[in-house]
Amino acid sequence: MKTFTKYLGAACVLGLGLASTTALAADKIKIGVSIPAATHGWAGGLNWHAEQAEKRIEATYPNIDIIVVSANGASEQANDLEDLVSVQNIDALVVLPFESDPLTVPVQQVKQAGKFVTVVDRGLSLPGIEDVYVAGNNPELGRVSGEYIRERLNDEGKIVVLRGIPTTVDTERVDAFVETLDGSKIEILDMKHANWNRDDGYEVMQDFLSRFPKIDAVWAQDDDIALGVIEAVKQADRTDEMFIVGGAGMKDIIKRVMDGDKLTPIDVLYPPAMIATAIDITVMKFTSNAPVEGRYILGATVVTQDNAENFYFPDSPF
Amino acid sequence: MNSLERTERSASSGFTIDFKALGPFLALVGLFILGTAINEAFLSGGNLANIFTRAAFIGIIAVGATFVITAGGIDLSVGSMAAFISGAMIVVMNTLVATLGAGIETVLIGVVLSIVLGVGAGAINGLVSTKGKIEAFIVTLGTMGIYRSLVTYMADGGTLSLDFEVRGVYRPVYYGDVLGIPVPVLVFFAVAVAGYVLLNMTPFGRKCFAIGSNEQVARYSAIHVDRVKTMTYVIQGLCVSLATIIYVPRLGSASSSTGVLWELEAIAAVIIGGTMLKGGYGRIWGTVVGAIMLTTIGNILNLTDAISNYLNGAVQGLIIIVAVFLQRGDWRRKKSK
Repeated sequence: MKTFTKYLGAACVLGLGLASTTALAADKIKIGVSIPAATHGWAGGLNWHAEQAEKRIEATYPNIDIIVVSANGASEQANDLEDLVSVQNIDALVVLPFESDPLTVPVQQVKQAGKFVTVVDRGLSLPGIEDVYVAGNNPELGRVSGEYIRERLNDEGKIVVLRGIPTTVDTERVDAFVETLDGSKIEILDMKHANWNRDDGYEVMQDFLSRFPKIDAVWAQDDDIALGVIEAVKQADRTDEMFIVGGAGMKDIIKRVMDGDKLTPIDVLYPPAMIATAIDITVMKFTSNAPVEGRYILGATVVTQDNAENFYFPDSPF
Repeated sequence: MNSLERTERSASSGFTIDFKALGPFLALVGLFILGTAINEAFLSGGNLANIFTRAAFIGIIAVGATFVITAGGIDLSVGSMAAFISGAMIVVMNTLVATLGAGIETVLIGVVLSIVLGVGAGAINGLVSTKGKIEAFIVTLGTMGIYRSLVTYMADGGTLSLDFEVRGVYRPVYYGDVLGIPVPVLVFFAVAVAGYVLLNMTPFGRKCFAIGSNEQVARYSAIHVDRVKTMTYVIQGLCVSLATIIYVPRLGSASSSTGVLWELEAIAAVIIGGTMLKGGYGRIWGTVVGAIMLTTIGNILNLTDAISNYLNGAVQGLIIIVAVFLQRGDWRRKKSK
């Protein structure tokens, strides 16, 4: 009985605490941001940019409260969404789904609870749930990279491709890339998965180098892979023979482009900063009367030595 | 099973060829023939150097794992530990550049730090599992998560990169060679020889075998079981730190994806090599061959486009199972009985 009263007391205090925080923040507009945890480089950048956006927006608009939560898996993210709605009582949600299929219904429930929903990067499996969709452009990334390689090689040469983790993102990029090369005399010697990982990139490239005596260009598709590829090419002492095209916009690679490194002449953006774009658009919904509903697809901007400075964030972890 | 094991060993120590010891070597020779058949580039000096250098990481870690597994333990934390130690080395060396400059001293301090961390982490695994009486599986599963989070935290979820000047000084440790043999391969060989001597020619090694066979009997035979078991984890930690010392100069970076699944690769190398997963019997040279085999499979798959990329994992799994099946050799003896 004694323990029971103790628990009861604790519950009362807890309840009071919750009630008071909600009361205090009641007049604030709350925007929940749910993203994957920083388990790899790109997601690390995502978390960093989300935090930066939170600081910047809360400083500009005192009546807006941004709540960033990160999840280690799809089911954890679904729990986060429930908490954001029931505990935090958010007005809008910005979500980058861990995976499309398992999170479609949880996001739909948020929408049905009357919240404004912005989906980022990975689209949901059912149409018409989200108010705003913000994403990078995977096919465009493949196309732009393919065009650059065609142009640099004058439609003729031998290249190798390092693919990511076998997923839709990877397939969309590679399909568009291969399509762009159609009709040229560029031969793809082989494509192997390097799983968006430096160590794998290094090893796959080492094997490509011992297998093919002549390689004119490497499409690494991702900056982590590209960093591994660079070391492998240096080790084989074949830096003058080829160039490498990465993707994403990692600061190390952007720095190389900025410094005019011949091995990495360009980079193609697929920036984790897109989360900031999504948060800003969602905030606009509450701070202006401009219509914001719709789709916002970021271009796959080509970073060259001339414009690299604009995309260099030395403080970002990515 | 243990008495059976002993009779088998005494039987095979006579005139008959010990298939169990030869098995991994034969499987490796088979893989090399397969590799050459698939692509002539396989036997080129550069490619072979790549294979042995790559095998060095997993191989050095697996030599340590051979001790742990022989003594009836398991260590799941090695991959995370390697990532954590790499991260700590990079952070400390980058900080030292400001005061000590990017010289040999900075690198040496990084190396010493790596050894201290490795031995310390191993001791923690060993002491918590023996003194705390918690299964090693659980203890090392816990430390695996801890080290993985620590490296993610240190890197802010991103990637830690070594200062470029330090990288220049440190680079020869991975990319250098002595008489044409890459440094990592030499380190791997030295670690294997030391491991072989320790496991097969010293009282400590025999105690590992005894504890792995039957811990209770070992205890009654006045063996300090806890002390020996803890030592196996310390050796494992030391091996991880050595592997890390040659890993860091390769790409000069550490992130949360460094060393993912290395623990399973190390354990696989140990088992392919003929060590018993339940303890009591270990073979260092088998482990060395096991590590080289695992790397070779990946290399061969990269040298051909005959197999769909999506099936790489399936081919690897199949070869591992077949290799272990062939070297177990029990099926041969059972028929003759």
